[in-house]
Amino acid sequence: MADRIPDSILRFDGVSRDFSAQAGLFGRKRTMRAVDGVTLDIPRGKVTGVVGESGCGKSTLARLALHLLKPSAGHVYFEGHDLAGLKPAALRRQRRHMQMVFQDPYSSIDPRFTIRDAVMEPFQVHGIRHTPAEGREKAARLLEMAGLDPQLAERHPHQLSGGQKQRVGIARALALEPDLIVLDEPTASLDVSIQAQIVALLADLRSRLGLTYLFISHDLGLVRYFCDRIVVMYLGAAVEILPSTDAPHRHPYTRTLMESAFLPDPERRRTVTRLSGEIPSAFERPPGCAFAARCPVASGRCYAEKPVLPATDPHPVACHHPLD
Amino acid sequence: MSLLAVTDLSVAIGMVPLLDRISFSLDRGEVLGLVGESGSGKSLTAMTLMGLLPLIGGRITAGRASFDDFDLTILPEARYRALRGRRIALISQNPMTSLDPILTVGAQIDQASRLHAGLSAAAARARSLDLMHQLRIPEAAAIHGQYPHQLSGGMKQRIVIAMALAGDPDLIIADEPTTALDVTIQAQIIQILSDLVAERGVALLLITHDMGVVAQACHRVSVLYAGRCAETGTVHDIFARPRHPYTKALIGCIPREGQAPGTLVGIPGMVPTAFTYPKGCRYHPRCTVAAAECRTEVPAGSILDRSGGGGIVFCHHPLEAAHG
Repeated sequence: MADRIPDSILRFDGVSRDFSAQAGLFGRKRTMRAVDGVTLDIPRGKVTGVVGESGCGKSTLARLALHLLKPSAGHVYFEGHDLAGLKPAALRRQRRHMQMVFQDPYSSIDPRFTIRDAVMEPFQVHGIRHTPAEGREKAARLLEMAGLDPQLAERHPHQLSGGQKQRVGIARALALEPDLIVLDEPTASLDVSIQAQIVALLADLRSRLGLTYLFISHDLGLVRYFCDRIVVMYLGAAVEILPSTDAPHRHPYTRTLMESAFLPDPERRRTVTRLSGEIPSAFERPPGCAFAARCPVASGRCYAEKPVLPATDPHPVACHHPLD
Repeated sequence: MSLLAVTDLSVAIGMVPLLDRISFSLDRGEVLGLVGESGSGKSLTAMTLMGLLPLIGGRITAGRASFDDFDLTILPEARYRALRGRRIALISQNPMTSLDPILTVGAQIDQASRLHAGLSAAAARARSLDLMHQLRIPEAAAIHGQYPHQLSGGMKQRIVIAMALAGDPDLIIADEPTTALDVTIQAQIIQILSDLVAERGVALLLITHDMGVVAQACHRVSVLYAGRCAETGTVHDIFARPRHPYTKALIGCIPREGQAPGTLVGIPGMVPTAFTYPKGCRYHPRCTVAAAECRTEVPAGSILDRSGGGGIVFCHHPLEAAHG
């Protein structure tokens, strides 16, 4: 396809994911579409940010990227391989090259493990054996890469602070020398002084190891600082892809998101526009644009016809009335 | 004399001292931001002022806290009950800690009005609807009859604010009121709280870790670190002319628009807990300008002579005021 980013490590091609829920024991079964027809290339060596509010589908997208969830429709290609088409052994081989760092470092590490066990777990999963001396050496090197004192290897997770635990999560993600790391809100449960440390570590690792990141966050300020390009999601769909962090936003929702984020500067307070309504339910998706009911520039067409994200545009926006 | 005056207040839980000589004051029509990272003592301050320390085995060990003519440090529980809800209201981070899941939200606002303002059932309902209108809750009559689980997080928080207003309080203590909410909803809630202060002359103690919220909503700010005051001042002075190295570093942890890559570094080290408090200034292990006395001597407060505001800084080597 002509629109494809030439060196894309991961490609979402019309990917949707449904979840079903039942209202009560005898209630009717309802289906909710968490991710809705996302087509997206993740360029190698860059940081692609995915930003949106709760329920926008960004965490589901992260899990689809690593095939931790199967798409209900569409395909996810990693290095050109359709992940759904791979046999379990082949999928496991591909998974070595893609890793994930989760939001909650408290629940992503087994509390009975020592820190060394936690960091060495990926090798076990992939059947890679080390002598005890090699294992100690390897774990120490990984902990150092994540900015931790190798002497912490004998400790248990509860003896570490939140920031240290997240560094363990990063060390573990690095163990198999992946090419792609999906970061799902990696700093959302940390204090800001620690968040900035972790972001600095991630930036340093990326440039040293040539990693590609898919960075999921609700924090637009952080995404604009850390990412090379930004995907804005609303109710399961990508509504705008900003090709650079200083590109002017074109979707009214992106503008709303930007104007809602308070700046750390009392001289530049926001005038809060009274955004009417709330995010619609993914169970009852409106027929036209999902943002229409809250949008200041919506027209009749927006309620009837769903805007699509153009495939060939360098700065695509899914809107009938994009801002200039 | 201020509506709320806290002077050298110290609090311990069991044998563990947690708050150490906290001071601040707050007047009607004013928003004071109490800001700090985890373990700074923000929420414990809120519990202390609400007279809830006995519930967690805590006690005031020194200092004064007065509200209007009441000495909160010696106020018996029976008299505290007359203040709570009626003159001092609390809004917590998670609205479900304040809402009963088996009662309609309307019944809960009505109950607050009947309890605190002594209204009849019919008058309470009318007052609830009026409060809901003031908080710009759409279709207030319909929402009045709904249960908490039927409402979004932002709507639930508005219901909690309506309950807080039912007693027509003089002081509202809001403990991280928007931390669990999306940014567009956060902007609405902060706007509502700001309007309440401007229109009703309520005093608002806004407890938050978010410097963006502080910059947007507060008149004055008190920065806490590890159970002690670091610095107090007007919001403009705190952001433009911070004197405590921690205040400056904390502001520097938030990415700004157009911030160059690699310039966000965070604060080295970690936030101490009550069991790991260092001697001297509790910030000294992370401080870039710490000297010998910082490691041994607790810094006393120095009164600042700043244009338009004043303030206090607790530091042996405050930053120069020259810039800004």
